[in-house]
Amino acid sequence: MAKKAEEKGFTPTGVVYQSTKLPKPTSKTHDKLGLKKKDLLNLYESMYRQRRFEERAAQMYQKGKFGGFLHLYIGQEAISTGVVQALNDDDDLITAYRDHGFALARGASSDECMAELFGKATGISSGKGGSMHYFKLEKHFWGGHAIVGAHIPLGAGLAFANKYNGNDRVAVCFFGDGAVDQGSLNETFNMAQLWKLPVIFVVENNGYSMGTAVERHSAGDLHKRADAYGMKNDIVNGMDVFTIIDKFTEVAKDVRKNQNPWFLEVRTYRYRGHSMSDPGNYRTKEELDEFKQTDPIERLKTYVSEKKLVKDDEIEEITSRINQEVLDAIDFAEESDFPEPEALFHDVYAENDFPFVK
Amino acid sequence: MAELQFREAIRAAMVEEMRRDESVFLMGEEVAEYDGAYKVSQGMLEEFGFRRVIDTPISELGFSGIGVGAAMNGLRPIVEFMTFNFAVVGIDQIINNAAKLRYMSGGQIMIPIVFRGPNASAGQLGATHSVAYEALYGHIPGLKVVYPSEPGDAKGLLKTAIRDDNPVIFLESEQMYGLKGEVSDEEDFTIPFGVAKVKREGNDVTIVAHGKMYHVAQQAAKELAKDGIEAEIVDPRTIKPFDMKTVIESVKKTNRCVIVDETHPFCGIAAEVGFQLQRDAFDYLDAPIQRVTVPDVPAPFAKNLFDLWLPGPKQVIEAVNAVTYRS
Amino acid sequence: MAIVIDMPKLSDTMEEGVISKWNVKEGDKVKSGDIIAEVETDKATMDVEVYDDGVVLKIVAKEGDAVPLGKAMAIIGEEGEDISDLLDGDGGDASGGEKAEKKPKKDEEKDEDAEKAGDDGEDDEDEDEDVDDGKAKESGKKDGDNGKDKDAGKTAKKSGDKSDDGKKGKEKKDFDPLFGDLNGDEKTKDAKAKTDSGDDRVKVSPLARKMAEEQGISLSDVKGSGPQGRIVKKDIEEFDKDAAKSSKSAKPAAPAADMIPSGESKELKVSQMRKAIARRLAESKFTSPHFYETIDIDMKRAIEARGALNELSEVKISFNDFVVKACAAALRRHPAINSSWMGDKIVQHGDVHVAVAVAIDDGLITPVIKHTDKKGLAQISRETKDLAGRARDKKLQPDEFEGSTFTISNLGMFGIEEFTAIINPPNAAILAVGTIRDVPVVENGMVVPGKRMKVTLSSDHRVVDGASAAEFMNSVRNFLENPTTMLL
Repeated sequence: MAKKAEEKGFTPTGVVYQSTKLPKPTSKTHDKLGLKKKDLLNLYESMYRQRRFEERAAQMYQKGKFGGFLHLYIGQEAISTGVVQALNDDDDLITAYRDHGFALARGASSDECMAELFGKATGISSGKGGSMHYFKLEKHFWGGHAIVGAHIPLGAGLAFANKYNGNDRVAVCFFGDGAVDQGSLNETFNMAQLWKLPVIFVVENNGYSMGTAVERHSAGDLHKRADAYGMKNDIVNGMDVFTIIDKFTEVAKDVRKNQNPWFLEVRTYRYRGHSMSDPGNYRTKEELDEFKQTDPIERLKTYVSEKKLVKDDEIEEITSRINQEVLDAIDFAEESDFPEPEALFHDVYAENDFPFVK
Repeated sequence: MAELQFREAIRAAMVEEMRRDESVFLMGEEVAEYDGAYKVSQGMLEEFGFRRVIDTPISELGFSGIGVGAAMNGLRPIVEFMTFNFAVVGIDQIINNAAKLRYMSGGQIMIPIVFRGPNASAGQLGATHSVAYEALYGHIPGLKVVYPSEPGDAKGLLKTAIRDDNPVIFLESEQMYGLKGEVSDEEDFTIPFGVAKVKREGNDVTIVAHGKMYHVAQQAAKELAKDGIEAEIVDPRTIKPFDMKTVIESVKKTNRCVIVDETHPFCGIAAEVGFQLQRDAFDYLDAPIQRVTVPDVPAPFAKNLFDLWLPGPKQVIEAVNAVTYRS
Repeated sequence: MAIVIDMPKLSDTMEEGVISKWNVKEGDKVKSGDIIAEVETDKATMDVEVYDDGVVLKIVAKEGDAVPLGKAMAIIGEEGEDISDLLDGDGGDASGGEKAEKKPKKDEEKDEDAEKAGDDGEDDEDEDEDVDDGKAKESGKKDGDNGKDKDAGKTAKKSGDKSDDGKKGKEKKDFDPLFGDLNGDEKTKDAKAKTDSGDDRVKVSPLARKMAEEQGISLSDVKGSGPQGRIVKKDIEEFDKDAAKSSKSAKPAAPAADMIPSGESKELKVSQMRKAIARRLAESKFTSPHFYETIDIDMKRAIEARGALNELSEVKISFNDFVVKACAAALRRHPAINSSWMGDKIVQHGDVHVAVAVAIDDGLITPVIKHTDKKGLAQISRETKDLAGRARDKKLQPDEFEGSTFTISNLGMFGIEEFTAIINPPNAAILAVGTIRDVPVVENGMVVPGKRMKVTLSSDHRVVDGASAAEFMNSVRNFLENPTTMLL
C-alpha cells in the first residue's frame, strides 16, 4: 500500500508491497517423487482436514464458543503436509503458535484438537495449553510455542539430544518470518552449525510478521542469515506440496547422513489475518487474491484430476467425510468435560504432591 | 566424613551423577578446556570427554534453550552459568520454557535440567554482577530453587537436583567456593528438597539464614552468645520448596525471629517467610519479626558503600537485640 | 435445509456490526469460504465469510443496517427451499437459525452457551495480543484499552455479585463461631474496658496476650516493658511470679470500678446459665416463627376440685399442677403440638414430657416431668416440688431438665394477668399461664363473681398451624373447666 513516502522515519515505508515472491515449484511428477495414488489421496485428506478444521474453528470462535487467541494456518497447509510426508514418523517437529496444521498433519485427531480450543480435559494438551500450545509427544510433535523465537533453541536442543544419543533422528524447527529477527535465532544458528546438529530450521515466510511486511521488518533475504554461519540454505515454494516433499526429502537425507543443520526459507501466504481480530488493512485484496490462485489444495486437486489419477467421487468422499469429522469434533468438544478443579495444581511439577505455598 | 571445598563438593556430585547416568552432561561457558571459570569442573573434561563436557559460546539465551530442548528429548543437562547475573540474558528459556512446558502440555513434557552457578554479590563487582536471584526464581511456579550454604549440603542437594525430574535452579557463591566443610562419605549421599536443618540450637531467638548469609548469621550468633543470648539458626537449604515447618517449630520455642536474606527487601525471601510466620505462628510471637537484607538499591562499587550495602553480623545482632527487647 | 448467517463476532469488543456492503444478492450461489459481505465493526471493516455451500435465499439486513451480534444477516440454502419458518416471528433469531442448520444437531444449547460465553472468552484478546508479539497496533491498542476498562467493570461487577451472595455471607457465618470459640469473653472485656477508659490501647505481643489468657491475668494489670509499653513475654512471666495472688483477688472488681462513674451501673459477669439462656432463647425467638393464641378459662370448677382433692391428698396440689395435667392430657390428643422441628423433618414425640419453668437465682430452668400424661395429680405435684427445690439448689442432673416435649411457664403467683413466652427449643409450643382473676361474669342473665385465668400459647409456625393450636387450647380449657374429665 502506498504510504507517505516523503515522511521521514525509521521503518521503511512507501513501497507497494508484494510481500513475498514464490520461487518455481518442482517440476517432478508424483511418480518421480515416489508417490502412489494412496499417497496422493492422503495428502489431499491431510490438507483438507487442516483447512476445514480451521474454518470451523474460526466459526466457533466467532460464535464465542471459546476464548483466547486463534491463529489460522489456512493457505500454508502444503508445508505441514509435505514435511510430514517427507520425514520419518519419529523425526521431531516443533513449531510456533500457528500450530493446528502441524498437529493434525502429524496424526492428532480432530476431536482432541477441537477439544483443546474449547479448553476441555479431552484436549490434546488436556485443556492446559489452548490454541497456541498443542503438544503430541507420542507423534514426536513438540508444540506449539507462543513466545516468538523462543522455541528455536528448543529445536536445536531436540537435535542435540538426538545426536548425543546417536539415534539418527532429524529435528525440524518451524517459525515465522517475524522470529528471524530474534536474538535466539542467531545464537542458535551459531551453535547448531558449530556443533553440527541434525536440525532443519524452517522459516515459513508468509510475508508478514503480524501486520508488518517482511521487507519492513527484516534487512536482507531471510535465508541468507544462514550464510553468516556457513550453514546450508535455500528458498522453497511453500504453496506446492510436491515441492515441499521434494526439497525436504533431499535436505533430511543430507542432515541425517552428514549431521549438519540446514536453513530453509519456505515462501508461503496466510489467507487469514494474524489472529481473529486482524482486519488485514496492511495488505491489499489483490495480493490476497493472487495468492489464493496458488492454493495448495486446489492445486493438488487439479493435478490429480487432470492426470485422471483419481475419480472425482473419491475426492468427494474425502471432502464430505472430513466435513462430518470436523462437525463431530465440535460435538465432541462441546460434550467433553472441562478439567477437574484439581487439575489446576497438576503437572506444575513432576510430582503432584508438591507443597505449594498457600 | 571427608573435608572438601565447596567447589569440590559440587564437582563430586556432578562426577558421581555423570558416572551413574549416561544422560547427564555439563555445558556452559569455559567448563571444559578452561577447566571452569571457578575451577568447579576441573578435570571433568579429562574424565568425560568433549561429548559430555561442552564449552558453549557466550550465548546464554541459546545454550539455555538448547539445554531445555535436550532435556525435553530425554537428556539430563547441567547448564552452568558463569554467574546467575548472566543467566538473565537467557531467562526467557528458564521462565517461559523450562518452568511452563510441562503444565502447558498437560504433563506430556518432562524437563529434568539443572541450571547452576554462582549467585549474588562477590565483592566490588558493580551492580549488574551482584544480584541475589533466589526470590525471583522462587516466584516462578514450575521451578525448584536450591541455595546451599555448606559443602556437605551442596553435594547432597546437587545430586538430588540432577535426579529431579523438574527444572532446578541451583545457586552457589564465588565467595564460598573455597569454603571447607565436612561431606558425607556415605555412598550415594543425597539430601531431599524441602528439609531445613537446625544448625545451631538456642532458646532466645530464631535466625533463618540460607546461602552465604548463613555464615553471617553464625558469626552474629557467636557474638550474641558472649552476651548470653543463644540464637537458634535454621538453614532452609532449599528455597522452593521451603520448609516452613521447621522454622515455625523453632519460633514456637524462641518466640522471636530474625530473617537474614541477601535478596532485596521488597518481595524477597524474608518477606515471604515473615508473612507465613505471622499467619501460622502469630500467637507465639513476642516481638515483630525482623529482617536483615541488602537495601532496596543496586550494589554500589565504592568499598565503603558496598560494606554498608551488604548485611554483616552487626546488622544481625541489631535485629536480634530488637526482637529480644535489648537496647 | 436452510442456514441462517448471523452477525459473527469480528472484533473482541463489538456488540453489533453495520453492513457496509453485500457482495452477493438473493439467488446468488455461494460456497464455503466466499466473502459475502463487509461489516463495519467498532474497530474496522471486516469480511464476513460463509462456511457452507448454497444459494442466498434471503438478505435479511440491508446495507447500512446495524445487526446485533448473533442476529440474522442472511439465509442460505437450496434453491427454492421454503424458508418461511425462518422468517416467521423470531426467524432471524440466532437459535432459530441454528435449529435450521443441517449438521450441528444440538446447536440450540450450544448457542445459549455461546451467548453466555460471548464476552468472557474474547475480551482479553487485544491486550494479550500486544503482549504476545510485543507490538501494538495503534488502533488495536486504543480499542484494547477501552475494552479493558469496560471489561474490568464487568468482571468487577460479576465478582462483586458473587461475593455478595456467597462470600460475604459465608464470612459472617465463619466469623461468629470463631469468636464464639475463643471462649474469652472476659478477656475481651478486659481489653475493651481498657480501650473504653480512654487510655492508650494495651500494646501486647501476640505471645504475651496468649499467655495472659491462659494464666487468667488481666492485661490491664500488667505493665509493659517493651517499646511504647508493649507487654511482652517477660512481663507476663515476671507478673506471674511476683504478683499473681494479688492480681487474682484484685482482678474482678478493680478494673470495673476504675472506669465507671461511681454509683451508676456495674458490669456483671455473665454466668454459663445466662449465656445458655441468651443463646438458646435468642436462637428460638429469631429462628422459629412464633405466633400466639390466648384463651380465658373459667376456673370455678377447678378451684372446687382442688379444694376437695387437697383435703385427701398428702401433697398440696397447686393450680399449676392442674394446668400441667390438663396440658399433658391435651397433648396426648393433639400430637401436632407435641412435636419438634428438626430442620428437614418434623418429629411427633411418642411420649409426653412436660417441662415447668422454675425461676432460680440468675435465671431459670425447666425441669421435666417425664411421661406426664401417665401420672396423677398427686404425683405431678410431688415431682414438681422435688424438681423445683433441687433446681433452686442447682442439684439437677442433666436428664432431669432435658428431653421435654412441651413447656409451661406460670407467672400467676406474681399476679401477672397474661404474657407471652418464648418457645423452649426443641419444643414446638409453650404455654404462658396468668393469674386467676376475680371477674364479674354473666350467668343465667345475672352478673355474678367469677374466677378466670388467661393462658397464652406460643407456637412454632414451622410445626404448628393456628387451627391446630386453637384445638389444643380448647382441649386444655375443657379439661380445666371440667376437671373430672382429665382424671379419666
